[in-house]
Amino acid sequence: MRGTTVEPMIVTTEKLTKRYGDRAVVDEVSLSVRRGEVYGFLGPNGAGKTTTIRMLLGLVRPTSGSARVLGEKPGTPRALLKVGSLIEGPGFFPYLSGRDNLRVHAARRGVDRTHVEAALEQVDLVGAAAEKFRRYSLGMKQRLGVAAALLGRPELLILDEPTNGLDPAGMADMRDLVRALAAQGQTVLLSSHLLGEVEEICDRVGVISNGKLVAESTVDQLRGETVLLVKADPLEKAHVLIEGSSVHGDVLHVRETDAGALVRTLVHADVDVQEVRPLRRTLEEVFFEMTGAA
Amino acid sequence: MGSVKAELLRLWKWPATWVLIGVWLVMTLTFGYLFNYLALNGGTNTRSMSQQQLISAMQPENVGAAVVRGLPMFGGAIVLVLAALAVGSGYGWGTWKTTLTAGPRRVSAMAGTLGALGIVVVLLVALTFVVNLSAAVTVASLEGWDWSLPGLGVFKALGASLLIAAMWTGFGVFLGVVTKGPALAVGLGLMWAIVTENLLRGVGSLLGPVESLTEVLPGGSAGNLAGAVGGSSAPGVLTNLSGTTAALFLAGYVVFFVGAATLLKVRRDLV
Repeated sequence: MRGTTVEPMIVTTEKLTKRYGDRAVVDEVSLSVRRGEVYGFLGPNGAGKTTTIRMLLGLVRPTSGSARVLGEKPGTPRALLKVGSLIEGPGFFPYLSGRDNLRVHAARRGVDRTHVEAALEQVDLVGAAAEKFRRYSLGMKQRLGVAAALLGRPELLILDEPTNGLDPAGMADMRDLVRALAAQGQTVLLSSHLLGEVEEICDRVGVISNGKLVAESTVDQLRGETVLLVKADPLEKAHVLIEGSSVHGDVLHVRETDAGALVRTLVHADVDVQEVRPLRRTLEEVFFEMTGAA
Repeated sequence: MGSVKAELLRLWKWPATWVLIGVWLVMTLTFGYLFNYLALNGGTNTRSMSQQQLISAMQPENVGAAVVRGLPMFGGAIVLVLAALAVGSGYGWGTWKTTLTAGPRRVSAMAGTLGALGIVVVLLVALTFVVNLSAAVTVASLEGWDWSLPGLGVFKALGASLLIAAMWTGFGVFLGVVTKGPALAVGLGLMWAIVTENLLRGVGSLLGPVESLTEVLPGGSAGNLAGAVGGSSAPGVLTNLSGTTAALFLAGYVVFFVGAATLLKVRRDLV
């Protein structure tokens, strides 16, 4: 978690909706991304993440609602030139080298080709820059996609499922890369269905399910408060003794943070305390609860 | 300008560009000079072409006609394939997505593709001219003919060649955008350029209105323009419309194909 000052919003959507026929793929989504944060956009496959992102980039027109990206209408040159993106895997010419693909991209963005080498260095692809894109491994392709997104020093980086298809080492590399960018103050909108990834690197998250934004807050807020798990014998006696406790199977959940006082109370009442430990819901549990996914 | 530069860079380094240009140059040399030369020197069956016609077809001063006569059908088909591949492949590779999120407006991105393809087509016609002229000069020198370089009329033939090639390019771009892929675009385009119009001409001999229609279809207009500027003795070349009428139809097709493709590209969601 980085700085606590509230930064201005650089992405806002207001009841953003996309319908295909009768089906609302994105249904009145209102989200906001603050400058300098890593925003995790969570949702199961098919929840509407990519369609929302495509609307933020002007690739798909909303059916209704509105969006502003860095104060501009999505898809306009003024907005796009301040945004770097990688959507659903990199799209490059297979017969060109990684370097040439970036040169083509730089020409389109109006970025001097000298920036290409810096972008290649940033994603650690200098050694393979002369190889044809089609010979790249999936991880290298994703890194080239990030390099393209970084060309022109965008104010906002939108990464849609950047770890898709990567092996564990590739995923770790990508996470490190996003972390490094975040440490430099880069605003990142990271879409993913990999909860560990989001939990590890995001400041705030938005959860989308069936096209609707069902939650938007910090990861901590989303996970809720910590409770104490207490295993005691007899459980019923412990339950009566500890105010505000609730029974979950053969254990109690207690909203008490002073474990020492709690144990003393139980021991004084001749209750056998077998286990006491803090318990906090994981993002995964919260996610399944919100989206109904399992 | 950035979009044109980007597209030129990727088309320049695309093997398909050079393979198609190379195939076209080999075809134009083989059918325009090699076979005629062999027929002139010991061929047993020159069909309707007299020796004088063969010599005339290979004279350097007639190189403009040699360039334009191949374009209504086979040259056009090659240009169409190049344009359909250049535009259609971008959907499968995901490069349109990268292009349209890079910064330029959609119209500018499309103009970049069209501009770069236009430059490639000018290069193709120029190379065809140079290669044909070299072949013609070589044959004339080997045969010891009196020969002269083409006069100013060659520019008319080259202009007609460019217009024909532009129409087929526009057709290929249109098909690439409509079908959102290279395979169907190339298939449909080749089918139209080589099969459909010829079949319609066959039907036209039975039905008058169909015959009139075939004269102004894309291939028919191209063939008539080629015929009007001196192209002859090649499949697809016709002589039933004036050069001006054929050129106006071709210009109309260019505007329609490019306009419709651009409109679709600008308005359609990229999913």
